[in-house]
Amino acid sequence: MGNSKHLGLAYTRARSTAKAAAIFLAPALLLIAIFIVYPVIDTFAISGYKWNGISSDRIYIGLENWNTLLHDEMFWKSFQHNLIVMVCSIVLQIPIGMLLATFLDAGGKKFNIFKVIWFLPYLMSSVAIAFLFNYALATNGGIISSLATLLRGQKTNIDLLGTSPNALFTVIAVMAWQFTPFYMVYFIAGYGNIDTTIYEAAVIDGATRGQYLRMIAIPLLGPIFKTACTMSLIGSLKYFDMIWNMTQGGPAGATELMATYMYKLSFQQFNMGYGSTVAAGMFLLITAIALLFNRVFKVKEDY
Amino acid sequence: MNEYKASKIKSRIAWTIAFIFALSQLILTLTPFFFMVMNSFRKQFDMLQQGVFHLPDPWIVTNYVTVVTNGFFGYFLRSVIVVAISLILMLIISSCAAYPLARMKFKLNVLIYAGIVAMMSVPMHVTLIPIFKMTTSIGLYDTLQSLIGPYVAFALPMSVFILTAFMKTIPKEIEESAEIDGCNRYQNFFRMILPLSKSGLATLAIYNGVTMWNEFAFANTLLISPWNKTLPLALGQFKGEHSLDIPMIMSVLTLSVLPMIILFIIFQDKLVKGMMAGAVKG
Repeated sequence: MGNSKHLGLAYTRARSTAKAAAIFLAPALLLIAIFIVYPVIDTFAISGYKWNGISSDRIYIGLENWNTLLHDEMFWKSFQHNLIVMVCSIVLQIPIGMLLATFLDAGGKKFNIFKVIWFLPYLMSSVAIAFLFNYALATNGGIISSLATLLRGQKTNIDLLGTSPNALFTVIAVMAWQFTPFYMVYFIAGYGNIDTTIYEAAVIDGATRGQYLRMIAIPLLGPIFKTACTMSLIGSLKYFDMIWNMTQGGPAGATELMATYMYKLSFQQFNMGYGSTVAAGMFLLITAIALLFNRVFKVKEDY
Repeated sequence: MNEYKASKIKSRIAWTIAFIFALSQLILTLTPFFFMVMNSFRKQFDMLQQGVFHLPDPWIVTNYVTVVTNGFFGYFLRSVIVVAISLILMLIISSCAAYPLARMKFKLNVLIYAGIVAMMSVPMHVTLIPIFKMTTSIGLYDTLQSLIGPYVAFALPMSVFILTAFMKTIPKEIEESAEIDGCNRYQNFFRMILPLSKSGLATLAIYNGVTMWNEFAFANTLLISPWNKTLPLALGQFKGEHSLDIPMIMSVLTLSVLPMIILFIIFQDKLVKGMMAGAVKG
């Protein structure tokens, strides 16, 4: 008798917990369902049609768009550019961000001014950065050309955005300028999370600040390092804003990325059926690469 | 003694290298800003004549006056409205979602958490066409409201992830003693957990505020009329109208980033705190 009453109470409590959880979670889940999950599914659905995005007549063409995608040179070239951007971003942004954080962590509060200034690029919109560097890196009168002129003592024009291999690497450098501060703060947070007793213990054992950083702090950042790489990886595979405003994928497709290609097809040429196919292909590739990365670099996490 | 001296020299060399690195990063960061601000005070044709490294001569503010009197505040105000509404909604909804995930035991907890976290890696560009389609079909195309849904939804996964980690660090005893004092779950959340999560919420507000303030792709897809556009689109608008007047464009750019810099300098001590909770588990 008493036992069943007890069971009943536990059951009621679990029921009321589930109800409360449902009420708290409902708005978030609803919004995610409407604006993320459903659109992703719809993208795959639209990829089966020939559709201009405006008129009501959509023609179902099955997998024809997907067949086109597999043989679309421009798409695979864009994907290749994305991969180059990805590798360069991880190699540039994360190590520099980490070095900056290490410098700030070693220096303490008195280096705050460095942190404030280093963070500034991240506050600027991608559109503003695109326009700024369009002029700041101009062939005639840009910073780099002027610097070269000054050093050589004669008028020198360096074309950074108008020629083929230059443009992609210039864009990559500007991206590094923009996003390194984000990883810097991420690593500052990582250093902040290391228990101060570990540092004290190391000092008592006679370690210098440098030894502490090299042998204790940096190895402890392992999991954070991996998350930062994952973020950078996904970020560079879906990159869009700055390139769209700076080069529109040009010159002659030299900086075309999957997202800019998709946008061009969908919202300039109004070929939304095929645009959706490119978007869906992009989704599959990004997911596959992210999963692969997580599998290969499985860092043991201590929970 | 010798060993001590050697380590002292070594440390001095290390610091010298570190400072060279720090200074070059400083120059690299500031040069484009210098270019932007200096040119914004020049006359249109002074830029090429005087060169990049020359201070403006004379300094003029007419560029700023022209920009401000040409509808800049409209764009500015619309951005403020969209970001404020989206940010408030996002913070309320994500803390509501993080609370049960961090604190309650129920069957689907782990599954729902994993599902939300997985959404972090969905690129928003994949959803552009369906959201464009959805927005036109419910008649919200070219309205400011159309941006709020996508802005809130895409900020949620990361925010729920960080807030859940943050709320887990709040000691359970606080809630238990509140429960003994007669608080139910809802009161617990609003009176205990929410106020204690303030620094996490502040960090999320900074990061998502910057992201939303600068958002381009959704705004460019869902808005078309100049009188509905937000600030990032204003830059393109001004650039289209004054494409040859570089100092004018530089003053628009300066004005658009200025509010973010001011807010950042005021709130910068909050920048790292909430991030720490998100960085714990990686």
